Amino acid sequence: MPMTYYLILSGILFTLGILGVILRRNAIILFMSLELMFNAANILFVAFAAYYQVLSGQMFVFFVMVVAAAEVAVGLALMVTIFRSRNSINVDELNSLKG
Amino acid sequence: MPPLGVLILYIILGLVSVGSAVGLLVSRNAVYSALFLVLNFLTVALLYLVLGAPFIALAQVTVYAGAIMVLFLFVIMMLGAEKLTSSSLRVRGLRVLAVVLGLVFAAEVALFLVVRGGVTAAPAEPTLAFGDPSAVGLMLFNQYTLPFEVTSVILLAAMIGAIVLTRGDLKDRLERRAQAEKKA
Repeated sequence: MPMTYYLILSGILFTLGILGVILRRNAIILFMSLELMFNAANILFVAFAAYYQVLSGQMFVFFVMVVAAAEVAVGLALMVTIFRSRNSINVDELNSLKG
Repeated sequence: MPPLGVLILYIILGLVSVGSAVGLLVSRNAVYSALFLVLNFLTVALLYLVLGAPFIALAQVTVYAGAIMVLFLFVIMMLGAEKLTSSSLRVRGLRVLAVVLGLVFAAEVALFLVVRGGVTAAPAEPTLAFGDPSAVGLMLFNQYTLPFEVTSVILLAAMIGAIVLTRGDLKDRLERRAQAEKKA
């Protein structure tokens, strides 16, 4: 399958991730859309690694996965803490800097 | 053009991944969105397999679909988030504007990657030894040793951060303990 297929698929998934971040107000679904954007970039990395026959693209995917896992852990811990104090994870309501 | 069976596989993979991403966006229930995202991750893992990256494909299934999404589902269940959001957006017309601008962005990305990128040939057929775990492991430990060790520090920092954030300070902990005893 030509590279165009992977480029367009990655672009569509990235755009859908951005739409999810803008349109969804639930903070957890926002994080999930962020993961979708990470995946779109990973598809590009692996496709170019296969195209140029260079293994470093797959190495980058490995590190992106590790950083995404760390970020999800800390982000969800933050969401749990915010929920405990405000009883809401609607990002429209998290609009004051008071603790 | 690849043979018909491979073409059908590619079409199905593309449709399922884009369809599950759209399902993630539009479902009202957070658990359905999480399950759609799991389907998306599994489809992308199949794509990695087709592109000659077996180690990355199984790492994707194990780490993303197996650990990260399970963490998401735990937190969704714990917070009761599936019934928590109001469905109205504060800015009127945001949905239409977002879809229009999303289409503009997608067109711009397609223009940049496809027309100006100049990469139109097909990737090589995957050989057995390309994305092999032994080749990946050799490269990880020979060329990428420093980033590999740094990832262990990143994971340690994330673990400590998650524990400290959810633990709270002493006043919060005493308060929670008092509330739990009052309920019991």
